[in-house]
Order: sequence, then C-alpha cells, then structure tokens
Amino acid sequence: MTAFVASRRRPFLQRLADASEPWLYTAPALILIVAVMLVPLVLGVSYAFRDIKLLNPFGGGFVGLKHFEALATDQAFRTALVNTLWWTGASVLIQFVFGLILALLLNQPFRGRAIAQALCFLPWAVPSFLTGLDWAWLFNPVIGPLPHWFVALGLMETPQSILSDPDLAMWGPIAANVWWGIPFFAITLLAALQAIPKDLYEAAAIDGAGPIERFRSITLPFLAPTIAITILLRTVWISNFADLIVVMTNGGPADRTQIVASYIFTTAFRRLDFGYASAIALVLLVLLLAYSMLIVLLRQSLLKRG
Amino acid sequence: MAAIDIKSARKAYGAVNVLHGVDLAIGDGEFVVLVGPSGCGKSTLLRMIAGLEEITSGEIAIGGRRVNDLQPKDRDIAMVFQSYALYPHMTVAENMSYSLKLRRTPKERIAAAITAAAGKLGLDQLTERRPKALSGGQRQRVAMGRAIVRSPKAFLFDEPLSNLDARLREQMRVEIKRLHKDLGATSIYVTHDQIEAMTLADRIVAMNGGVVQQVGSPLDLYDRPANLFVAGFIGSPAMNMIPATYRLANGTGVAEVAGGHRLPLAGSFPVPDGTAVVIGVRPEHVTVSPPGSGGLRTGVDLVEPTGFGSILHLAPFGQPIKAFSLDRSLGRDGAAVDVTFDPARLHVFAEADGRRMDPAG
Amino acid sequence: MRRNPVLTVLHRLAIGLYIAFALFPLYWLLKVSVTPNDLLYSEGVRLWPSRTSFEHYAFVIANSEFPRFFLNSFIVSGSTAVIVTIVAAVAGYALSRFAFRGKYWITALMLLTQMFPLVMLIAPMFKILSPLGLTNSLTGLIVVYTAFNVPFATFLMQSFFDGIPRDLEEAAMIDGATRFVAFRQIILPLTLPGIAATLGFVFTAAWSELLFALMLISGNAAATFPVGLLSFVSKFSVDFGQMMAAGILALIPAALFFLLIQRYLVQGLTAGAVKG
Repeated sequence: MTAFVASRRRPFLQRLADASEPWLYTAPALILIVAVMLVPLVLGVSYAFRDIKLLNPFGGGFVGLKHFEALATDQAFRTALVNTLWWTGASVLIQFVFGLILALLLNQPFRGRAIAQALCFLPWAVPSFLTGLDWAWLFNPVIGPLPHWFVALGLMETPQSILSDPDLAMWGPIAANVWWGIPFFAITLLAALQAIPKDLYEAAAIDGAGPIERFRSITLPFLAPTIAITILLRTVWISNFADLIVVMTNGGPADRTQIVASYIFTTAFRRLDFGYASAIALVLLVLLLAYSMLIVLLRQSLLKRG
Repeated sequence: MAAIDIKSARKAYGAVNVLHGVDLAIGDGEFVVLVGPSGCGKSTLLRMIAGLEEITSGEIAIGGRRVNDLQPKDRDIAMVFQSYALYPHMTVAENMSYSLKLRRTPKERIAAAITAAAGKLGLDQLTERRPKALSGGQRQRVAMGRAIVRSPKAFLFDEPLSNLDARLREQMRVEIKRLHKDLGATSIYVTHDQIEAMTLADRIVAMNGGVVQQVGSPLDLYDRPANLFVAGFIGSPAMNMIPATYRLANGTGVAEVAGGHRLPLAGSFPVPDGTAVVIGVRPEHVTVSPPGSGGLRTGVDLVEPTGFGSILHLAPFGQPIKAFSLDRSLGRDGAAVDVTFDPARLHVFAEADGRRMDPAG
Repeated sequence: MRRNPVLTVLHRLAIGLYIAFALFPLYWLLKVSVTPNDLLYSEGVRLWPSRTSFEHYAFVIANSEFPRFFLNSFIVSGSTAVIVTIVAAVAGYALSRFAFRGKYWITALMLLTQMFPLVMLIAPMFKILSPLGLTNSLTGLIVVYTAFNVPFATFLMQSFFDGIPRDLEEAAMIDGATRFVAFRQIILPLTLPGIAATLGFVFTAAWSELLFALMLISGNAAATFPVGLLSFVSKFSVDFGQMMAAGILALIPAALFFLLIQRYLVQGLTAGAVKG
C-alpha cells in the first residue's frame, strides 16, 4: 500500500523534501541563534554608531564614527587592550600546560581513577563568580591562608593581598581562572588521548622509541588538531570573560587589571554609556575574528602538511 | 521475489564520476555477484539499488517498478552489511524482528518468523543475547537472519564475509549458497574476493573503474575473460601475462615471445602480422613435464607447495611465469623441467586496448 | 609491560597534588560557611575554626529567600538543559549525517556566536525582550540561556553522533524506518551517554550564569540563586558566612550533576569531532 502511494508521489516534491530535511533538523537551533543572538548583535553594532546613554533620554541619534575616534585616543582602552593580552595569554597558556599534564596523568590506568578524575574536574562545576569570591578570600591576608604561605615560602615580606598590589594584581584573577579552567582542557585532551590507537605506542616501543620520543612523534601530532581548536575556543572565551575580574578586583587597583571585557562592562553598567560600550565591543569582536581566522588558516595548513 | 533492471545508471559526486552508465538485468531468483577491486563502484551500485545513494542519472527498477525516487524503506529489499550493523541495544530477537515491527506485523507472525529464522541459522539458544555477547560468526548469522525474516523482494549483500576468518568464511559461504537454494530469492552480492564470486554466483559482474568489464557465468569469466582486467582478476594463482607479437605463419597464428620463441595459437586472428598482443595462460594450463619430454627446457626457480599440488616459478623465455603442477616430483628448486602450452588454452588480448581476441572461423 | 615503581609513586603523588589543588578552594568555602560570625576574622587564617556551627545554613534555609532562588534556578537550568539538549541533538544529527550546502555556513555562524562579547548584547536584548514581557520572567531567561548554549551543545552532540556508525541507521532505513524513526529508535538510544553529558554541561552553565540573570531580572520573585547570592552583599551588611553557606548549598546540585556526567563527556568527545 505504502509503495503504491509513494510511487505516485511527484519526484519534484520528493526531491524538495529530501533537500529540506537537513534544514528542518537545524531550524530550531538556527531560529534561536538568529532571534536571540544575531538580531541583538546587529542592534548592538548599530549602537556603536549612535549616542545611547541611559541618563540622556534625548539621545539615540547617529553620531557616525565619533565613538571610534574617542576610542583611538582613549588611554584606558589602550591599557585594557594590553591587559587583555596578558590576561588571556597567561590564562590560556597555564591552563593548557596543566590541562595537558593532568590529561596525561589521568590517561594512565590506576585504581580509583574514576573518582580521581571526577574530583580533578570538579572546579569546572563551580559558578564563576563563586570562584572569584572564593579566590578573593584565599588571597585576603585576614581571612585567607595564601599570603601567609607566601611569607613562609619567602616570596613576600609581610602578608598582604596581591589583589591590591598594582604589579601583582593581575595574577589573582589569573590564578582563579587557571583553577577553574584546567578541567576544560583536561577533558578535551583526555578524550583526544583516549582516541589514539594503542598499537601505535606498542609499534613505536618495539621500534625502540623511548617515552619522550613516543610523546613527540605520536601523542603530539595526534593531539595537535584538538589543541588548536581548544586553544582557539578558550582564547575567545577568556578574552570575553569578565566575571572573575569584576568580582575580584573590579579592574583595580588603578586599572591594572582592567581588561577590555570588564571595561565594556564598566562603561555600560556603571557609566551607562551603551553607545561607547558597543563601539569597544565591536573592536574586540573584530580582533577576535581576525585571531580566529589566523588560527583556522594555520590549522588548515598544518592538516594539509600532515 | 522480483527481477531488478538497471538502465544506464550513473553516479557522480560533483564532477567526479564513480559509476559510468551501468546496464544490468537481473532475473527473478538469480544470484548475481558484483566483483572488483576496492573503489571500482560495486558498493556504490549496490547502495544505489538499496536507496542509500541517490541515482545521478539512469533508472533502477525492482519488480518492474521504477524505484529511483523511493526511500529505502519503500523498496522492500533486505541488506546484509559488512559491519553487520546490528543494533547494539537490542537482543538478537529484537534485531531480527525490528523490520516486522515497523511493518506492524501481528505478534504471533513475528514470533513464528523469528523461530523459523533462528532455527534455520542455528541461533535458537541465542535469541535473548545482545550483539556484544556474540562471536563474529554468530553476529554474521544474526545479520542474515534479520534479512530473511522479511521475505523481501531481493537480498543485497555488501561484503558480508570479509570480517570473518578464513575457515568461518568458507563455512558461511556454503550457508549462503544453501539459503539461496532454499529461498530462491533474488540476490546481489558485492565482494572483492574472486573465489566468493566464483563459488556463489549464477552470474558474475566484474567491475573496474566504475565500468562493467564483463557479465557472465563464473565459468564464462574463467574460460573466456573479455579483457586483461577480468583475466587477471579471476582465478588464483593469477593468470600469466606474456607480452608477444602476433605472426601469421602458414595460415595459422603464432605468438612470438621474448627470445624469438614462437607459441602456436588456436587459429588465425583478425589482426595484421606484427600486432602487439598479450598472451594469457593460467598456471594450471601450463603443462610441466620431466626433462626430455619435449618443449621448452627451463629451470625451477622457486616452489610453493600447496599440498594439493605445487606452484612452480619458471622462466622459460626469460619472462617469469607460474605453473601449477600436481606432480610433486617436479617441484624441486633448481630442477630442470620441460614446458608446453596447449594452443586452445592460450588467451590472446590486444595490447592496445586489452580486449580479448578470438580466432577467426 | 611492568612499570617503574618510582614512576608509579611520582604519578600517584602528582595526581594527589592536583586533587589537593582542585579541592582546597572548595574546602575553604566550606570552612568559612561553618565558622561562627565572631570567629570569622579572629580565626580567619586558621585551617579549621576552633568552634563550628551550622547557624548560617539554618538561617539561609529558614529565614532568607534562598529556597525560592534555588527553586527558580532549578526551573531555569532544568528547562534550559532539556530544551538545549533536544534542539542540539537534532541539529547535531543533521551536521553529522547530512552533506548539504549550508552546513559550512551553519558551522561558521555557530563558531561566530562563541566570539560575541556578551556584554554587548545585554542592552539590545533588553530592548527586544521587554515589549514581549520576557524581562523579569523565568521564561525570558530560559529563552536567552537556551540560545546561548545551543551552539556549543550542537558541536558536542555532533561529535557524539560522529562516533556512531552510519551503517546502523542505513540498516534501519532498509528495515523499513524513515530517517526520523531511525534517528529516534536506533541512534538516540545509543547516544544516551552523549545526551547525559550535554544535559549536565548545559545545566551547569545555566546554573552558574550571573550576568544576564542580573540584567534581565529585577526583584526577588524571578531571581536565580547567583543573583540572590549577590543580595547578601548589597543589603545592609555583608554576611560572608551566610553567603558561603548559600554558595555551598548552591554548589551541591551542579557538582553532583557534573560528577555524574563528566565520564560521558570524555567518552563522547573521544568518539568524535574535537579532532576534526
């Protein structure tokens, strides 16, 4: 019966149905993304060219490139840009190195591995602002142990908070971020490690390769694509990630921990200048896009070579 | 049961042609084997018949009905996959009954069909197991069972035995042949193993590079390969290919091989004297005799005993050839033997296009 | 292969050290939450207070609005996790199984969304949601969280599907299933670990989100617990003990969920697309 009906169906409709099937499956996701993310983004981009201040109800007019001209001479923005490089570079690098070490450690079979793995990954479940509060406490000389440990180790003369020291303040949020973000790297790298065929290592061992040589010639090449994509995603996320800084230092002392993302936050919600905030955000978005393109191109040329 | 008609079926991915216009008529109840090296398009053709690949152009009909635009589920065919594709979360019985459930077959009929199929395949004790708890051979049987419970119009097999070890493969080959004898179902079987093709097929379709090279009974392909590809692909050990020049002497053809030796052929061929040809001769048709029996004297370079006989590596005119001999006494390294060729057993191919040539008259 | 005992000891030691590093900050939260107020500063740097009490917990549970925040967070995170997982499963399936023209652009769009400075979206979003009555409502929060989590969840699900052989659904389609039935009856049951991982991942993310909750919600009725937690700060005095007690309580469901699913996260990513 079904066969009879189907044979009478017009091939054109059939073909249309076949072609639209993937779109049907992706439609809910696409509609959500476009409506809730893309439309506000376009609106947000338009704010960058308008005078939008909550305190000025008569604003809203187009001001052209005025915000961007202001941005070009904005010393605070330049500081924030440099700080962002520090913040992102240090966070990603340290997270990656420790994430890789942790993944390698967890990739060895041992008793209690399941529990150890769960505990190692636990910080990822902690809300970011709670992480920030917690670490701010740990760095506090009155209610946290870390300054006293630093003194005991001879790193510090008297117990004081590094968060209020202009030269060291950035390392506070970075430490919190590293603690919080290592699990993400460890999870993805562990997954990639477990996908490497075991017989490759056996073959290399038989060929006489030592552990370091095996790591260099098998593990690293296999991990490279994962490393590239994970570093790309994390870099983008972390440069946009203001929670820890807002909670721990609020950009201070003296703007020494102000990154672009927290500067946008401050401009928008403390100074209520949404136009200017959008202009900064747009610049950040363009920089991140350029960076991503670079990584993607790099990865493609790596894949082609390999 | 149904006949399957394929008319100039073509498959292209973008600008890349993987199948160049295949024409094939498969009779009701026939067992057809598509054979060829990997990448020859045999699996693509099978998947086009199943409805898993779109047909770029041309037409495929099952039981007289054009199926180009039908979903796989509406084509009423069953397929056995190379990986078996058993549903890991279902028991053997559930695997086999899934298609019947989708067709809303009454429960009693399903139970009866499962019992019958399980009995036929020796799976009676295993129906409540999951695929994970089965051996490779048992999984293969379940895959077969899943196909036969439905009594579909046709069975498609996509290299079903290539994941089994040699002994099991031989055993399953026999079972598939017996099943086909019992059920008489139209079957299309894809393999790269020419022995499977020879032993199972009513007709073999030899393919290479997306083009059908020859269609015929197994013995047809063995006795009269249509071109160099089929000649080299069918038969084990493979046919010897000897480059030669065609000469006409006293009204009959001879092949002049390296060193000026002349091998008489079965007649004259419709090509001019001096044409470059390739002479094909199967190892089992190279006659080897003790020295002094007459023929070309040559030394035995290497011996591969198979138990049943020996494969001798020889070089009667400078060119290495293999001969298969049942006489064990000849199979000694360094021994001298005499080699003769039966003109009727020599295949002649044009060197230019690899086509078979037959003697005139 | 026999392993060098020295290496084995070093390996266990390193694991132990990392666990200590991972757990110590959590331990500190716990310590503060059970320290009575009068000892908070005087014994601030001690590893364990001389006297413990659960007064902060009792207060948070009995006298604050925290139970309501908790419930709100549950509704928002639970709904978000379920909706995102469904949407991402279907979209991830399409990206994994179909070769179609728009695939490249969909992937690019989803990657692009990962780069937005989210702060930039808040004001426009408020402007769009407010006429729809979706500000100050849990529904609005669910919609926003769902959209934000769909891209990454889709990549995640795609990688899980990539790990399941295509043969299975082809077999099902030949057995008489439509593509959708094959998806639902054959593929989906096999992706359960992946679904669990995605659920947990999204739940944790939504559970922790502060920025949008803070901007889109005013007043306690629809506040989620991160917002509520901040209310311990902004009121007349900052009560850190209560705040940490609330924080610990709030950590429990997210941590439990995460502990249960992290195994599947690794398993699923092993199978699929992170490498490609």
